[in-house]
Amino acid sequence: MTDTTTEDLARILREHPFFKGMPEAFCDLICDCATIEQFDAGAYIFHEGDPANHFYVLRHGKVALEIKAPERGSIAFQTVRAGEILGVSWLVPPYRLTCDAKAVELTRTITVNAACLREKCDEDHDFGYAMMMRFMPIMVERLKATRLQLLDLYGTKA
Amino acid sequence: MPSAQQAVLSRDALQTLLDHLKERGYRVLGPTVRDQAIVYDDIDGVGDLPEGWTDTQDGGRYRLEKRDDSALFGYAVGPQSWKKFLHRPAIRLWHAKREGEAVNVSAEPDSGTPYAFIGVRSCELHAIAIQDRVLLGGTYVDPHYQARREGAFIVAVNCSVAGGTCFCVSMHTGPKADAGFDLALTELLDGDGHRFLVEVGTDLGAEVLAALPHRSATQEESEAAQAVVANTAANMGRTMQAEDVPQLLMRNLKHPRWDDVAQRCLTCANCTMVCPTCFCTTVDQTSDLTGTESAAWRRWDSCFTVDFTYIHGGSVRTSTQSRYRQWMTHKLATWVDQFGSSGCVGCGRCITWCPVGIDITEEVQAIRESEPQ
Amino acid sequence: MGTTGDIMVPRVARVRHSRLDGPDTWTLDLEDVAFSAGSFVPGQFNMMTAFGVGEVPISMSSDPRKPDLMHTVRAVGAVSAALTQLKPGDVLGLRGPFGVGWPMAEMAGRDVVIVAGGVGLAPLRSLIYHLINERERYGDIAILYGTRSPNDILYRDELESWRSRLDLEVDVTVDHATAPWHGHVGVVTTLIPHATFDPPNTIALICGPEIMMRFAIAALQDAGVADEAIHLSMERSMKCAVGFCGHCQFGPVFVCRDGPVFRYDRVRDLLTVKEL
Repeated sequence: MTDTTTEDLARILREHPFFKGMPEAFCDLICDCATIEQFDAGAYIFHEGDPANHFYVLRHGKVALEIKAPERGSIAFQTVRAGEILGVSWLVPPYRLTCDAKAVELTRTITVNAACLREKCDEDHDFGYAMMMRFMPIMVERLKATRLQLLDLYGTKA
Repeated sequence: MPSAQQAVLSRDALQTLLDHLKERGYRVLGPTVRDQAIVYDDIDGVGDLPEGWTDTQDGGRYRLEKRDDSALFGYAVGPQSWKKFLHRPAIRLWHAKREGEAVNVSAEPDSGTPYAFIGVRSCELHAIAIQDRVLLGGTYVDPHYQARREGAFIVAVNCSVAGGTCFCVSMHTGPKADAGFDLALTELLDGDGHRFLVEVGTDLGAEVLAALPHRSATQEESEAAQAVVANTAANMGRTMQAEDVPQLLMRNLKHPRWDDVAQRCLTCANCTMVCPTCFCTTVDQTSDLTGTESAAWRRWDSCFTVDFTYIHGGSVRTSTQSRYRQWMTHKLATWVDQFGSSGCVGCGRCITWCPVGIDITEEVQAIRESEPQ
Repeated sequence: MGTTGDIMVPRVARVRHSRLDGPDTWTLDLEDVAFSAGSFVPGQFNMMTAFGVGEVPISMSSDPRKPDLMHTVRAVGAVSAALTQLKPGDVLGLRGPFGVGWPMAEMAGRDVVIVAGGVGLAPLRSLIYHLINERERYGDIAILYGTRSPNDILYRDELESWRSRLDLEVDVTVDHATAPWHGHVGVVTTLIPHATFDPPNTIALICGPEIMMRFAIAALQDAGVADEAIHLSMERSMKCAVGFCGHCQFGPVFVCRDGPVFRYDRVRDLLTVKEL
C-alpha cells in the first residue's frame, strides 16, 4: 500500500479512463470507498471462492484470470490490462469470486470496497445507475469476446 | 434472308453430307434412339437418326412417341448435350512416375479426331458459346476443351417441335439458329417432299455445301422454313421473364421459397448433369499400390454434392436449401457477373430430368410474385 | 487471350528443409525452378501436390527479397498431412502462383494494421517482410496476432524479433494459457482498441478463421476504419485455382481468381448470408 493523500486519490480516480466524465460528486462517493494498492509480479490479488469484497481499477500492469484444473495446473483464460476493470462478481449475489487473479507484472490498482459501493448505490440511485452504465458495456464486450474464445476457432475440427 | 443465299438438300443429299464429313476425317456425332431416349452418339448414316420419333416432356417426365411422318429431327432435346464431347466427363490431366529420387510428370496429349455435330439446336449453340466464354474466354484457357472445340464442324437444325419444357424464346436463345454453326438446316416435310433448307454460316460450311448435290431454295421454301420456326416459337412449354431475374434473385437470398424447394429437392444432381452449360469439375489423384505411378483425373462434379464445398473439417453448404440456391442463383444471376450473360439457355432439360419435377421457371415466378408489386 | 501450356499440370519441386513450427504445422523450404525473389505478390498461393494423394492451395510465406520458396502447411486432411510428412530431398508438385494478393500499392504513406489468427499469419508473413524491407514508406505498423495457446504460436522467433524492433508494434494474445505465459490472454479482437494507428489514414489486412475475421472487422469499424480500407483473405475449396472447377465460388466471385484477398466492401453483404 502506498501512502496517498485524499486529494491524490481523487485526482488519480478522476484521471482514470474508467471514470472519465463522471460528475465530481460521484467521484467523491467512490473515493470514500477507495484506496490505492500495489501488487508485485506473481502475487495473487484474489482467489477462487473468496468473497467478492472489492473491484479493482487497473492503473498500471497486467493481471491474468486463472482457473485451477487438477491435471493441468492453472489455466489463464483472460488478461486484464491497465485502464481496465478487474472483478464483476461483487455486483450480484452471492458476491463470491469464481477464479484466481494473479498479477503478471507489477500492478497498481484503485481498489474499491464493494460493500461500501453497493451501499452508496442503494442510497443514491442516480449514482447506482451511473455505475451500472459504466460496467455494462465492459461486461457485454467481455461476453462477446468470451464467446469467440469458446468456439476454439484455431482448433482443427474433428 | 434472301433465298439466293439458301440452298436445299434432299434426304439423300443429307446422307452425302454425312459421308463427306467422314471422308474429311471427322468423327460424325448425332442423335439416335437408345434406351428409350434420344441421345448423341456416333452415327453412320441417316438411318441412325431418330426418324419418325418425337419427345413429350414435362416436369419429371420424358417419353418418346412415334410421329405419323418420317421427320428426322422432329423432337426437341434429349438428356444429353454436346458438352459430353467438348467438356468431357472424365479425362486424365497428367500422370507421374517416380524414377529413383525424381518424379517425372507428363501432360496428356490432346490428339483426336475432330468432331462433326449433326443436329445442334439453337439453345445448344448458345450453350456452346457460353462454355466457350467460361473455358476459353478468361485469363486461363482450358486446352482440353480448346482441342475438342477448335475444328468442330457444326450442322445446326432449326427446331420444328417445341419441347414441353422449352423456353428458349424467353431466354433469347432460339428457336432459330442465328450464329455459331457452319451449316443450319430446317427440315421441310410436306406435299413437295422431304428436304432441308440450308443456311451457310461459315466459309468452311460453304465449302462443304459445295461438295453436295443441292439447289437454290424457292421463295415458298424460304417462307415455309420461317413458318416452321415461328410455329415452334409460338408453342413454348414454359416462359420466364428473364431481364430482371439476376436482381430479383440476389435480393431474395433469404427468401422462404428456398426452404420450400429444399423440401422437394433430392440433391440428386440430375439437373447439373443434363444442363448444357454446367461446367463444374473436380480433380482426384490416383496412385498404384507401390506409389510409383500416380495420375490426376478431372471429372464432372456438381454443386449439389455435400462435399463440393468441403474445407478442413466441414462443408460450407451443407443444407439442401443452400445447395439449390447456389445452383439457381449461379445459373440465372451470378453467371452474369462472371461471364456477361445468363447461364441458362431455356432448353428445359433440368425441368424434364428432375425426378420430382422442380421447375426453374416456376421457382423464379414464385419469388417474383411474393414481392409487393 | 489465354496462357500457353496446360495450367493444370504441376511442375516438380524438391524439399530443401522442413521444420515443425507448431502443432501439426510444418514450414517447408522448397527448391522450385519457377520461383525467384519477388516472383509473386504477397497474399498469392500455390497449389501443392502430394503425388498420389491430392492437391491443396497453400499461401506463399516467403520473404519477397529472398530466393527461397517457403510454405507453411497445417495438417488438417489427407493431402496436407502428406505434405507435412515430406522430408528434405522429397519431391512434390507445384502450380502457381495464383490469385489476387494484398493491395501493396495502397499501403504507402498509411498506417498499417495486420490482424492474424492461427495459421492465418502464414499468408501475412510475406507482407510483413515486404513492409519491413522498405519500412520508411509506411506510417505506424501494428501486427496483432492471436492463436489458441502459447504452444500454437507460429513463427515465434520472428514475432519476437519483430517485436524487438523500435519501429513496429507487435501484440500477441492466446485464447488460453498455462504457466509460464506472461502475455495477453483473450481473443485477438481485444488487441485492436489498444493498437496505435490513425483510423482515417489506416489500411487493415486480416487473415484467419472466417468468424475471427468478421469480428476483427467489427472491431476495426468501431475504431473508425472505413470498409474500403479493410482487406481480408478468404478460403474456399479449390480444385483448379483458375476459375474452371467452380468449387471456390462465393456469390459472384471466384476466391481463387478474384481473391483470395478481397476488399471488405466487395464481400460485406455476402458474408452476412448463411451457407453462401
